[in-house]
Amino acid sequence: MKILVCITHVPDTTSRISFTDNDTKFDTNGVQFIIGPYDDYALARAVELKEANGATLTVLNVGLADAEPTIRKALAIGADDAIRVNAEPSDSLFVANQIAHYAKEGGYDLILMGRESIDFNGGVVHGMVGEILGLPSISPVMTLELDGNTAQLSREIEGGKEQIEVDLPFVAGCQEPIAEWKIPNMRGIMTARTKPLNVVEPVGDETGATLVNFEMPPAKGAVKMIDADNVGELVDLLKNEAKVL
Amino acid sequence: MSVLVFVESAEGKIKKTSLEAVAYGAKMSDEVVVVAFGNVASDELESTGKYGANKVLHISDDSYNDGVIQAYATAIAQAMDQSGADALVMANSSLGTPVAARVAIKKGAGLVTNVSDLPDTSNGFEVKKSIYTGKAFATVKVDKAIKVLAIKKNAVELVEGSGSAAVEAFSPNAQDGDFATKITATKKAEGDVLLPEAEIVVSGGRGLKGPENWGMIEDLAKTLGAATGCSKPVSDMDWRPHHEHVGQTGVKVAPNLYIAVGISGAIQHLAGVNSSKNIVVINKDPEAPFFKAADYGIVGDAFEVLPKLTEAIKALK
Ligand SMILES: Cc1cc2nc3c(=O)[nH]c(=O)nc-3n(C[C@H](O)[C@H](O)[C@H](O)COP(=O)(O)OP(=O)(O)OC[C@H]3O[C@@H](n4cnc5c(N)ncnc54)[C@H](O)[C@@H]3O)c2cc1C
Repeated sequence: MKILVCITHVPDTTSRISFTDNDTKFDTNGVQFIIGPYDDYALARAVELKEANGATLTVLNVGLADAEPTIRKALAIGADDAIRVNAEPSDSLFVANQIAHYAKEGGYDLILMGRESIDFNGGVVHGMVGEILGLPSISPVMTLELDGNTAQLSREIEGGKEQIEVDLPFVAGCQEPIAEWKIPNMRGIMTARTKPLNVVEPVGDETGATLVNFEMPPAKGAVKMIDADNVGELVDLLKNEAKVL
Repeated sequence: MSVLVFVESAEGKIKKTSLEAVAYGAKMSDEVVVVAFGNVASDELESTGKYGANKVLHISDDSYNDGVIQAYATAIAQAMDQSGADALVMANSSLGTPVAARVAIKKGAGLVTNVSDLPDTSNGFEVKKSIYTGKAFATVKVDKAIKVLAIKKNAVELVEGSGSAAVEAFSPNAQDGDFATKITATKKAEGDVLLPEAEIVVSGGRGLKGPENWGMIEDLAKTLGAATGCSKPVSDMDWRPHHEHVGQTGVKVAPNLYIAVGISGAIQHLAGVNSSKNIVVINKDPEAPFFKAADYGIVGDAFEVLPKLTEAIKALK
């Protein structure tokens, strides 16, 4: 079996978000980059599936050279090899076209990724890749079990979940609790250095939308503190000031 | 511009977030057609007219009762052809967003999700979306002739008018593979109020010490007609079901009122609540970071404050 896991290279969840160049560029100053948390779940599940069933596991990232430490981390966690499509991942359609192209070339049985990236929060690349390749796409996937050629999944819906049965190959956007995040061990980190990381060039330049500018939300007003012995005051404020009761 | 709006329903009722999508469509154009699936009564469908729909294409074939992503995408693309729509609008949801992705490819459309405001058409087609999990916004320009937008809760104000939409039956032509994924069971969560749609949310964190103490959270939620939520460690420890987990990696809520009890306010939790209109924080630690993101705060022991708060609200009602 061949598994492809697509990962994003995104700012750590604790990063301070700010912009430069007239609010047209993300300020990477002092920001640490990580494997997208949802992609990290997909990767963790893929490593488990590989260990249980035997498989080759490839990670793919559409990104520039600065993403390589993040890709190496995925190799340390358990991927066998990696593809980096050498381009700025600035638009979901562009990224989906790249993934679809290289996924088709590789003939994968299972294509996993996170439900969304945590920078642009698009949540659409899995569906686009599925549609381009004519494969089923399922997201957000909470559990994934394989039995031969058939998978049992659960998909989160508003206020509940669905049980889904689907045959390989398919595309899935993953979220917890599909697996627990894996921390690379020393051996993983050592072997990751020599695993193949192939840099390939992007195909086409079609985009769906282009950035005009970024903006920060308006600053929050100061908090009003209320004495714990006076909850009546809180109720009064919620009713008459916030008008939410 | 002519707009098709994909609406979702639950138990025969059109979801409020979908009605917002209709209202959003009506701000974009006078020609608004709705496409709806499953078992929804005609008068409910007609009522989308109150928010600006002219017509409803209703797909009542039983095979579409469950939200099968591929089948819905095919049907919606065909409904766009049928109605001559050059824009598709829907609520950002666990079904809407994955479906939007496939429709966008079918139609060669420009797609924007998490849309937080009406489009600006003074210079092409520009629209604002929420990014970095609510920590910032981006305005993007869509050059493609066909637009697909998945909108966030509260992107537009819902004002009820008096129109009525004409309902027409619509039978899509299923394509090969549309039903390749089989939904074998659907489990609904307990509770009356769905978290992603709730106007009030009462959320508990590790400060509540254990699942046996959730009665206090539920009492307050019930009194307020609120949904219940929790922090990630709480669902990780199985004190509460996963679908209640709010934050960066969980549900993003946008209620009028979010009450956080015994939650420290880690940046990843805040990422899920930063679209709330009002935030109340109850925490025994005056240094808890959540107070910086709150509108109202009480420093105190949840086990003492919560029952008192519930009583005070009961007295009001
Ligand atoms: C990549 C990543 C993603 C994450 N995603 C999420 C996410 O989506 N959602 C999320 O919630 N977390 C997420 N986390 C975890 C997050 O960092 C915090 O660990 C978590 O939010 C803390 O949960 P908590 O506030 O319930 O617990 P704690 O941080 O332990 O806080 C408990 C609070 O309760 C207070 N308290 C204790 N006793 C009482 C009492 N008797 N009365 C009143 N207050 C009391 C304490 O003062 C404290 O502030 C993520 C972390 C990472 C690394």
